[in-house]
Amino acid sequence: MMEKMIFGRYVPMDSVIHRMDPRSKLLLVFLFVCIVFLANNLLTYILLGLFTLLMLGMSKIPFRFLYAGLKPVVFLVIFTLILHLFLTKEGELLFKLGWIEIYEEGLRQGIFISLRFFYLILMTSLLTLTTTPIEITDGLETLLNPMKKIKFPVHEMALMMSISLRFIPTLMQETDKIMKAQMARGVEFSSGPIKDRLKAIVPLLIPLFVSSFKRAEELAIAMEARGYRGGEGRTKYRQLVWTYIDTIILTFMAILTILLILFRT
Amino acid sequence: MIMKKPIVEIKDVAFRYDHQPSRALENIHMNIYEGEWLAIVGHNGSGKSTLAKLLNGLQFAEEGSISVCGLEISEENLWTVRKQIGMVFQNPDNQFVGTTVQDDVAFGLENNGLAREIMVDRVHNSLKKVKMEEFLNQEPHHLSGGQKQRVAIAGVLALQPAIIILDEATSMLDPVGRIEVLETVRKLKEENVMTVISITHDLDEAARADRIIVMNKGKVYREGTPEEIFQMDKELLELGLDIPFSVKVSKLLREKGIPLIKHHLSESELVTELWTSHYNK
Repeated sequence: MMEKMIFGRYVPMDSVIHRMDPRSKLLLVFLFVCIVFLANNLLTYILLGLFTLLMLGMSKIPFRFLYAGLKPVVFLVIFTLILHLFLTKEGELLFKLGWIEIYEEGLRQGIFISLRFFYLILMTSLLTLTTTPIEITDGLETLLNPMKKIKFPVHEMALMMSISLRFIPTLMQETDKIMKAQMARGVEFSSGPIKDRLKAIVPLLIPLFVSSFKRAEELAIAMEARGYRGGEGRTKYRQLVWTYIDTIILTFMAILTILLILFRT
Repeated sequence: MIMKKPIVEIKDVAFRYDHQPSRALENIHMNIYEGEWLAIVGHNGSGKSTLAKLLNGLQFAEEGSISVCGLEISEENLWTVRKQIGMVFQNPDNQFVGTTVQDDVAFGLENNGLAREIMVDRVHNSLKKVKMEEFLNQEPHHLSGGQKQRVAIAGVLALQPAIIILDEATSMLDPVGRIEVLETVRKLKEENVMTVISITHDLDEAARADRIIVMNKGKVYREGTPEEIFQMDKELLELGLDIPFSVKVSKLLREKGIPLIKHHLSESELVTELWTSHYNK
């Protein structure tokens, strides 16, 4: 159950987007996040929308997964929409009921900002829904490689990320085990006042921390025994393959950027 | 058994952990020979795991010297020595570095800077040897303890070391996993000429070895073949070790006046002698 909370994000499927190189997907999403802010009129928003829909369509991700990603932000979007509706007092007056006045500009701004939110959420979910966490790590490591020049510990960061990912299920299993052991001793995790329930977490966290440190030490020894001595002179087993699909999609992205710059007002 | 040339030479080694009043190891002097399966037994705190750490340069001796494949372990040639020795540790989870089986096997190869083509080849070959090739992309939390230990062995094999050290590698496994791992090691030892050093307190495991060294309080207490070692059953119990079940049974049977040829190290040996004993008369 707990496993799904974190890994439920990735939906294994066979689609063009799934097969894309994580590097190009990361670039794509990064660029998209930047150019979303270029759009400022109906045409540019429609263009962005079409591109998003095209990507989502190609990923073959069922709608319910996208909806699950959107759900937490719907409230935020509605809130900003309402703020814009009532607070922006520019353009023609569209509607008036007592003290409520809605202006044209307010409606326009509200809708555009909401669309912007939706586009961002959809595209970033697309990345996590179609790419495994370890692929994202690999992609980041290669993309950030030039940062080694300014002494940024790229290899170490990537290794830390991949070890964390590897240990999440292990620690989840352990939490489950400790929880059951404490429950057998009469600790209640799921009932009683909030204060008591929070207190019940302490006997869960302490053994978990102790064992994590022990694991870390043993892992370090095992790594050293297997010849690990930092990123220097290390080769990589996992390989990222850049295909023509990546080039095509990034070209699309470039065209979209040019169109947005041309049509924005 | 014909003794071959020594692959590890331990000369008068002593070792003390920081801030400890007494020495963890004292006066250790022994040779380990090429191609043998040596079991080092002893109860907790007898110094057997410390000895393993010294062999791999994870700790350095306070006195004396250790040579592996003719090279004396020092800070300078540490990494060369480590290439010769592969280690499998006790906890199957805490030595699994990669996110999938194949990544984990490749970890040691990546550290040594091997080209990718060679890595792919070696990863597949070593996984095949431990019969884990169909689990290539499996994640560790979907594997049993025995399977994880076999992956750890594959990770060691991929590096093609001369010596493999099993540091209590089966102590956290269930009986099925234990058999899986020991069978794998036995088969590998037969196929490649590899030296196996198994550190254990499970005497059933030690019974499989060519030679046993019993450690007690940081010293070598006794050395000999499994038959010789299991003769001293009372002494072993005093050292906190238990003799294998089959040895116990054959000893009791002999006391009851049933003429058995020897102390049997494995159950099947014992059973075979029992059911054929009438034909021999």
